[in-house]
Amino acid sequence: MRKNIFSIPIVITAAILFLFSASWSIASDDLSSFAQQKGTLRIAGGTAHIPVMKEAAKQIINFNPKIHISIAGGGSGLGIKQAGEGLVDIGNAGRKPSDQEIQKFDLKLLKWAVDGVGAVVHPTNKVQSLTSTQLQDIYSGKIGNWNEVGGIDRQIDLFTRDEASGTRKVFWKKALAKGDISTKANVVVSNGAMKTAVAGDPFAIGFVSVGHIDGSVTPVALDGITPTLETVRSGKYGVARGLYSLTKGEPTGLAKLFLDFLVSPTGQQIVADKGFIPVR
Amino acid sequence: MLRSYSLSEYTFLTAAVFSGMLTAAVFCFLFYFGLPLLQSGQLADLLFSSWSPGKGLYGIYPMLLSSLTLASLSMLISFPVSIGCSFIITALAPIRLRRVLLAMIRVMTGIPTVVYSFAALFFLVPLMRNLIGHGSGMSILTAAPVLALVIAPTMILFFVNSFNKVSPRFTLAAEALGCTKIQKILYVILPQAWPGVINGVLLGFGRAMGDTMVSLMLAGNSTAVPEAVTDSARTLTAHIALVLAFDFDSMEFKSIFVCGLCLYLLTASLMLLFRLSTAYFSKGR
Repeated sequence: MRKNIFSIPIVITAAILFLFSASWSIASDDLSSFAQQKGTLRIAGGTAHIPVMKEAAKQIINFNPKIHISIAGGGSGLGIKQAGEGLVDIGNAGRKPSDQEIQKFDLKLLKWAVDGVGAVVHPTNKVQSLTSTQLQDIYSGKIGNWNEVGGIDRQIDLFTRDEASGTRKVFWKKALAKGDISTKANVVVSNGAMKTAVAGDPFAIGFVSVGHIDGSVTPVALDGITPTLETVRSGKYGVARGLYSLTKGEPTGLAKLFLDFLVSPTGQQIVADKGFIPVR
Repeated sequence: MLRSYSLSEYTFLTAAVFSGMLTAAVFCFLFYFGLPLLQSGQLADLLFSSWSPGKGLYGIYPMLLSSLTLASLSMLISFPVSIGCSFIITALAPIRLRRVLLAMIRVMTGIPTVVYSFAALFFLVPLMRNLIGHGSGMSILTAAPVLALVIAPTMILFFVNSFNKVSPRFTLAAEALGCTKIQKILYVILPQAWPGVINGVLLGFGRAMGDTMVSLMLAGNSTAVPEAVTDSARTLTAHIALVLAFDFDSMEFKSIFVCGLCLYLLTASLMLLFRLSTAYFSKGR
């Protein structure tokens, strides 16, 4: 019940089409293990993971329409919690769960991608490069106007994520050096919502998973390094984290097949296509 | 015959007792889980400090203030509109138009608030950003008119019902004395129906306090104490939704039980207060 109320705005229930396409029967070997399977797989948690989850689910369902996969958001905190309580089969987290969480819930981790977290602004914003200090001052509220960092004379609209977000955690730790985030910052609940908010507000600054950066928002170079797939991969851009999928105990059945698929060559290709860095 | 009657009676009684107990059970549940915090003498801290988990502050004062401000502001917008609408529907408009209006209002009650919020996110937020001239356009002032739209149908239906219940003896007498329609409304119907009006306001206010989607999507959710209605703010309900994802054992999670308790007590005591006052005044007359 509680979960439902929370998930309404962000659930991207992948009621993915039951397209019966014969062409998929010649799909790669990576999908072949799904051939005789049927049932439902529930996935929830980190919102950075969603593009990859959706694409993987689409390929699996196209290959075998008897498998149902539902994908919900909710954030990393929710992913850890729901996987731990057995409410979902796979919980996603954009941060490594704490040792305490792993122990309490008997969580098994699979890291299947590396992802950067970058500050983003509206494409029309002239300010597309900041130093770490400037970024920290903007987030702490010390710098409140774009003209203090070379932009127009207009108040900066700060956007942040809720405290249970893994994206926020890594951004706060590595880009803001654990500095304060002003209480005046607006709070949104997913990477997608952050992108929508910043894309719609010419005076906004926010942060999203690098995999989510597209034409609608412009990444801000941090100390001269723009967060892109290449700079994250090479390690030049340091604000990065692993993307994890968690199960309670060793994964079994569909959950195991799904996780195996994620780290298979096909799965890792999806990871790369969606703008993340494969681990294998 | 007698037996089946008592059977259905018992069924209804059970249903009534059950739903009544559920309400009480929710309160007990919130109280039980909020108790550790209340016992440790942190209640005043929680009610009057700000929210900053990093610094060990779990206060809900900014949210409490935002909730009350937002609900009052939307009531301020919604009440005149609603009462005007119900005048039109009960007395002023031609009969056929009244039916159409009433049907539309009934449809409005069923529209989920997330739909209103979604539309407002794309139309009202950019508009407010330009009008206010600073900030993201997400503010109490943005959420208030949308929330007003959400609570209006409930209030209108309540008002219309209570206006219609006014005895025709009074209204016919007023008409016989040559009252205009406006005079009839102001001097006959309204004085007779005011307990109903207050009940409608009460329900509307309760709904405004309890709504989550509108404020979550439009008010901006910042945890600072709002200094003006143009500031971004977080209501109690949005706060609960945002903090739910925390681990059960965390202080953040525990503190939202107090949040829920506050919301519960606030709404319940408002209801009680209004009920008592209506009962008192209608007895006095």
